[in-house]
Amino acid sequence: MPELAFDLARIQFGFTISFHIIFPAITIGLASYLAVLEARWLMTKQTIFLDLYHFWVKIFALCFGMGVVSGLVMAYQFGTNWAGFSTFAGSVTGPLLAYEVLTAFFLEAGFLGVMLFGWNRVGPGLHFGATIMVAVGTLISTTWILASNSWMHTPQGIEIINGKVVPVDWLAIIFNPSFPYRLVHMVLAAYLTTALLVASSAAWQLLKGNNNAAIRKMLSMGLWMILLVAPIQAVVGDFHGLNTLEYQPTKIAAIEGHWENPPGEATPLILFAWPDMEQEKNHFELAIPKLGSLILRHSWTEQIPALKEFAVEDRPNATVVFWTFRVMVGLGMLMIVLGAFSLWARWKNQLYENKLFLRFALVMGPAGVIAILAGWFTTEIGRQPWVIYGLMRTADAVTPHSVTEMGISLGLFVVIYLAVFGAGAIYMLRLIKIGPKPKEAMQGDAFSVNKGEVEDFIIAAEFHPPHPTPSERKDD
Amino acid sequence: MHFDLPLIWAIIILFGIMMYIMMDGFDLGIGILYPFFSEKSDRDVMMNTVAPVWDGNETWLVLGGAGLLAAFPLAYSVVLSAFYMPIILMLLALILRGVAFEFRFKAQEHERHFWDKAFILGSFAATFFQGMILGAYIHGIKVVDGVYAGGPLDWITPFSVFTALGLLVTYALLGSTWLIMKTSGELQTVSYRLARVMAFVLLVFIVAVSIWTPLLNEAIAARWFTLPNMLWLSPVPLMVTAFFVLLQKALAQKAHVTPFVYALALVFLGYLGLGISIWPHIIPPDISIYAAASPPESQRFALVGALIIIPLIIAYTAWGYYVFRGKVSAEDHYH
Repeated sequence: MPELAFDLARIQFGFTISFHIIFPAITIGLASYLAVLEARWLMTKQTIFLDLYHFWVKIFALCFGMGVVSGLVMAYQFGTNWAGFSTFAGSVTGPLLAYEVLTAFFLEAGFLGVMLFGWNRVGPGLHFGATIMVAVGTLISTTWILASNSWMHTPQGIEIINGKVVPVDWLAIIFNPSFPYRLVHMVLAAYLTTALLVASSAAWQLLKGNNNAAIRKMLSMGLWMILLVAPIQAVVGDFHGLNTLEYQPTKIAAIEGHWENPPGEATPLILFAWPDMEQEKNHFELAIPKLGSLILRHSWTEQIPALKEFAVEDRPNATVVFWTFRVMVGLGMLMIVLGAFSLWARWKNQLYENKLFLRFALVMGPAGVIAILAGWFTTEIGRQPWVIYGLMRTADAVTPHSVTEMGISLGLFVVIYLAVFGAGAIYMLRLIKIGPKPKEAMQGDAFSVNKGEVEDFIIAAEFHPPHPTPSERKDD
Repeated sequence: MHFDLPLIWAIIILFGIMMYIMMDGFDLGIGILYPFFSEKSDRDVMMNTVAPVWDGNETWLVLGGAGLLAAFPLAYSVVLSAFYMPIILMLLALILRGVAFEFRFKAQEHERHFWDKAFILGSFAATFFQGMILGAYIHGIKVVDGVYAGGPLDWITPFSVFTALGLLVTYALLGSTWLIMKTSGELQTVSYRLARVMAFVLLVFIVAVSIWTPLLNEAIAARWFTLPNMLWLSPVPLMVTAFFVLLQKALAQKAHVTPFVYALALVFLGYLGLGISIWPHIIPPDISIYAAASPPESQRFALVGALIIIPLIIAYTAWGYYVFRGKVSAEDHYH
């Protein structure tokens, strides 16, 4: 197979999965947020929560739709482009994917209809149940896919017989060494991403001069989440890093831009550098002595493995992962700062007025998405040249399509993804620009309740006139 | 107790694909029939009849892929690699039509036509390439040493083009009978007319494919036209005839629900017929389900989940359809 076709296959997979991951990340967070909003509405009967539900559920539906269609591509791409991988390891990744479909995708799809369109079809309890099912579905889905992905990083519980993977211990396969860290790290990342999106949307409205209770509430909720989760995420990330050091030392060496270990010298922390894979050294290096050892070994002297200790053909691209890692960590730091800033603004009673703070919250809107992409680039490119760490090289996994085929398919993906998901982003921004209005729920379908069920559904009576006339109905 | 795991898994996957064809079939059919309805209100209603369920329908396709990877990884990698271009094109088409559900209602007035077109094009293309894949699959895949050994364009044959057209008609029939069940008034009247035409054309396709398939491959001819098989299998064509007559009667009597049921029965029989032709090969014409099976440890592990969870899925899917039962009219606006 020509080198170019192989590179195109990798680019295509990276391109399609990078687009895909954005949507589940937002829907995981939003589904849980919607469940919280609906629960709060049911508990407090304050219609502000119902307003927020109806505002965010539109954005959720948009993201979910895009997640479904981009995810379908992923379910087939392992076969269309990575036949070697599927033949070799389908016995492990296949059942995990099958469980994801069975326990999560159907659950989400099955209850999504009720969640989006069922307000006037079922009672509030059942509707809340549907929202919970969808939220739980997103988390189950995350669990299976992270189990599968983690196994590719830290495989265990298998034997290789006749050149193929044979599972021997499913518990060991699922609960492989990197799985718990990766799972928690990803779920928190999704929650952070959503919280940043919510807070940023609210900040935008406040900066535009729109100020209502729903907008203030979502700003406040988003920022509590960031304040709480961003520091936890940093700790979890640290544990994940230590786990990676143990199981994938080449990845850590590349992330740190750490080329060699002079005898007796503790590993420095390199803040800035341009790792050069050809010359096997860093350009423009700015480093703090010993700090690398302190962070990764919790010691003043102990070294971490260096890139030159591994064969050239076993090293991941340090130039890329050095920087993607720093983008992720840098954004994470800024999230912590945003959380702290919000606490100060709350204390000063300026949360909804402080322009500087609101602008900061606004520009941090996409930070979660960018950090997730940077984080995944780090861990996946850091796994190279292996597709299954230590077991199968990416070059042996690929389907030998021609350059022409790969060129056409990649070209089509790029054009259609940019057009479709670009349009999706525009529609999302338009909705966010409008922002939640008081009585948002009136304009959804929550008001046109089934006549027979009015009694059950009277909790927020002002939202549910029993006999809406067609003229009162308003299309969004 | 000994389970024939590959056999059970083949049945589960065949069941999943059947569910996909019957369920996503009618909502793809809606897109295929879109050009026959130009009023915005009609198109709104058509889309709203499937908006709450299309996503679940499409999930059966994901199950087909995941089940194949879990139970028959060799078939998954060979078949998908062999049909690289049509699968990519089908997936892209499904993206276009899938996002149209949301985008169409979010778009401004002057943009909507674009998503209408995306919905039509996506539904047509997704169905067409599914049909091409189906035809090429029946035709057979060249495999050497467990790797696809044919060319990148082997999937384009007169037969596969023919099955692609046949699948378009199939989904259009499912879509039109679904609309008969879910709508009323002018929209329903037009759907009756469309359904009658589609049913006739589909019958022509079923007969033609039934003649053409045995000519492609001697083993398929032997499967159907030797004794005693011929006796055992004769109910299939007889039932096709019976359901076609029932369908035409139901359409003539302006029944609301039974046309959809009979159309599903016809599609099921057509699917069964093709399955009988290929069985037990998972990569026609040579590789059997046993040769392509994943290790028993994999099949057994996934089977536990499948047997417990699939009934649950069917239960709550049925509940979802029940919640959204009844006619959809322009008065209902889900968005």
